[in-house]
Amino acid sequence: MSDPILSIEQLTIDLPAGADRPHAVEEVSFDLNKGEVLCVVGESGSGKSMTANALMGLLPDGVTVGNGRAVFDGTDVLTLSEVQKQALRGARIGMIFQEPMTALNPLMRIGDQISEVFAAHNLYSKSERRARALALVKEVGLPDPEKIIRAYPFQLSGGQRQRAMIAMALALEPEILIADEPTTALDVTTQAQILRLILALRDKHGMAVMFITHDFGVVAEIADRVIVMRHGRIVEAGVAKRVLEAPQHEYTRALLDAIPTGTVPDLATVNTAPALEIQHLNKIYRTGGGPFRAAREVRAVNDVSLTIAKGEVLGLVGESGSGKSTLGRAVVRLVTPDSGKVLIGGVDLAALDERELRKQRHRVQMVFQDPYASLNPRHRIVRSLSDGPIAKGVPKRQAHKRALELLEIVGLGADAATRFPHEFSGGQRQRIGIARALAMDPELIIADEAVSALDVSIQAQVLELLADLRRKMGLSILFITHDLRVAAQVCDRIAVMQHGRLVEVGPVREVFHAPKEAYTRELLAAVPGAGWAVDKEDAIA
Amino acid sequence: MSFWKRFATNRGAVIGLIILLAVVTIAILAPVIYPGGPWKMVQRPFLVPFTNEALPLGTDTLGRNVAAGLVHGARVSLLVGLVSTVMALLIGVPLGALAGFYGGYVDEGAMRFTEFFQTIPNFALAIVLVAILQPTLGSITLAIAIVSWPPVARLVRAEVMSLKRREFVEAAHLAGLSNIRILVSEVLPNAVSPIIVMASLMVATAILLESSLSFLGLGDPNIMSWGYMIGAARTVIRSAWWLSFFPGLAILLTVLALNLIGEGLNDAFNPHLKKGRT
Repeated sequence: MSDPILSIEQLTIDLPAGADRPHAVEEVSFDLNKGEVLCVVGESGSGKSMTANALMGLLPDGVTVGNGRAVFDGTDVLTLSEVQKQALRGARIGMIFQEPMTALNPLMRIGDQISEVFAAHNLYSKSERRARALALVKEVGLPDPEKIIRAYPFQLSGGQRQRAMIAMALALEPEILIADEPTTALDVTTQAQILRLILALRDKHGMAVMFITHDFGVVAEIADRVIVMRHGRIVEAGVAKRVLEAPQHEYTRALLDAIPTGTVPDLATVNTAPALEIQHLNKIYRTGGGPFRAAREVRAVNDVSLTIAKGEVLGLVGESGSGKSTLGRAVVRLVTPDSGKVLIGGVDLAALDERELRKQRHRVQMVFQDPYASLNPRHRIVRSLSDGPIAKGVPKRQAHKRALELLEIVGLGADAATRFPHEFSGGQRQRIGIARALAMDPELIIADEAVSALDVSIQAQVLELLADLRRKMGLSILFITHDLRVAAQVCDRIAVMQHGRLVEVGPVREVFHAPKEAYTRELLAAVPGAGWAVDKEDAIA
Repeated sequence: MSFWKRFATNRGAVIGLIILLAVVTIAILAPVIYPGGPWKMVQRPFLVPFTNEALPLGTDTLGRNVAAGLVHGARVSLLVGLVSTVMALLIGVPLGALAGFYGGYVDEGAMRFTEFFQTIPNFALAIVLVAILQPTLGSITLAIAIVSWPPVARLVRAEVMSLKRREFVEAAHLAGLSNIRILVSEVLPNAVSPIIVMASLMVATAILLESSLSFLGLGDPNIMSWGYMIGAARTVIRSAWWLSFFPGLAILLTVLALNLIGEGLNDAFNPHLKKGRT
């Protein structure tokens, strides 16, 4: 053990009265050593971010440190005055956040934002600040540094913004870098780059990194030591290898088991009758433009042809902006494609007019991403489930009866029917969303990132439910996701999209083990903890 | 926390509600309190308030009871405020909802029409309308409604535009519901809170507008209202202060109460906005 640079002792953070539990964090103790990457892992609400915010003195109103010490360089940072904390923040403890777009000031050039860190600590002259900002931008690997420091945040991509944030955090060479889910909002390939950057900077500057994440893949990738938190308590701590390979606590085991592994299911017998046929589908988005200026064109879906057999689950993967969501929405006609056919049960949905379309809508249904936005907050569950069938012509009584049955099927119980959406958790709402899609007896279900907003253990349950329903009801599903591990678990075939084009389609086993295209290989290599997952799979096999 | 509890944490709002309830009660009971009506001459003119127990607020230039005027005026003020607000909502909500929901040419058309009204100063338009239509209670209410609906349309349009992109609205489209049905049963119920808040403030504005019109002599000559009382007393403001003071106080209290309630409703509907404020 090297010398701890920060040691937290018996930290307890109190929540305001009336919260769901009295303490956000309870009696948490750990050390952060010089030059190590400590991963704090937990599901949402486990108190992992609160711990970091307490160190930075950034707790929300009403939340206070109840007890405990956080000793950094001989002083307890929790007892410092606001002015002393300001001197500490940035200079000796740096922090990067999850969403780089909201963490950067949208009206300030990148260079000025970095210079401002120096200005806040009264360091250097104006020209020196500029020179240092430029050096930092170079160090974090941003292309064309001269141009970048004069760019505004909106002109950068997500990964570039996160690099700029890291440059700001590193400006004063802090001894500790706190990273709060810095890669969660990024694509896998970008995430892999940022993780590599953080590791390289750690090696170069010898700083300690406290890395907060919910993703064990990321942990496997970068952690030296791991702390697993649940309900504000540490349930397990130890060296990364030990925690990942031989977890002691059952919660850690449950979390690790819940992670979709690269284990590829055997091919289901594929029916040849198609549930969905997409033929040469195109969708172009045009923005801006006017009488004197050409509009900016984005080919969101570029000549895509695809079939899904009856009873098949096809995974559609790709990075953000690859057009996978647009394709899904074009299939259900939430987006009207520019050309091409979407044949479902012999009907071309893309060609119908509004009235005809309304009658055919029931053939394909969608499960949405955000469990909090996908249910009308003012309607009882039974109404959300039966409005569609009633509009289709099912008698009211029968529609209600079916709604109750479906709630049983998705594991909620019929008493859920009379309640409102806000009474349910995210995972339960997603079950309701699935029940709503099933209520229309669709020939095809589109699941658009249906489990992406859920914690891993909940995610596993919802995936289990989908697999179960599929076995029982022979559902055909187009499963859109950015998470290759999830796709591997539930799908029969995988389709990879990039820049609106279909890059590769094939059975899961082929795509994962013998990818034909370079882009697919790149995607697979970027999955965090890829090597570790393979090890685990071998261990099982 | 229940809606009422959240509302009650704002002390100003509760005070506002108490004042408003008092005004409403007085307005309802007006014929019982002063069965003779506000126009009857009961004493010598210019009776100073607090000198005669039967006439606590004194008498006006013609010897009419000021207290009776106030009580009956409350009926008119509240009625005009309420009815004109309902009318403004009936114009503004459907127009804004259609504009926001359908977008495109519908939106362009509706918003240009709205802007046409917004470019003319409210009060000037109200005066012109009342002057053309003859000053009656109905025409005054209509004029107030016509000048006060544009902000409602704008608000509803903005709400609907943000709500229609929510996933539950898309789910309703997928369920095959008709556009009108989606607008009425999925979108609008979720836009109700800001509309209610705005309506409570509009009642206050309408009362002020009615008073201003009456003050200028454009009120219904057959109806006793607070604004009319102040307008009639303006020539004697130096010798008989109470004639304009008491109706003025009544307007102030009622409008203040409505504003406090609006504020309280806003806090109660949007609890997350209140965090950090005590």
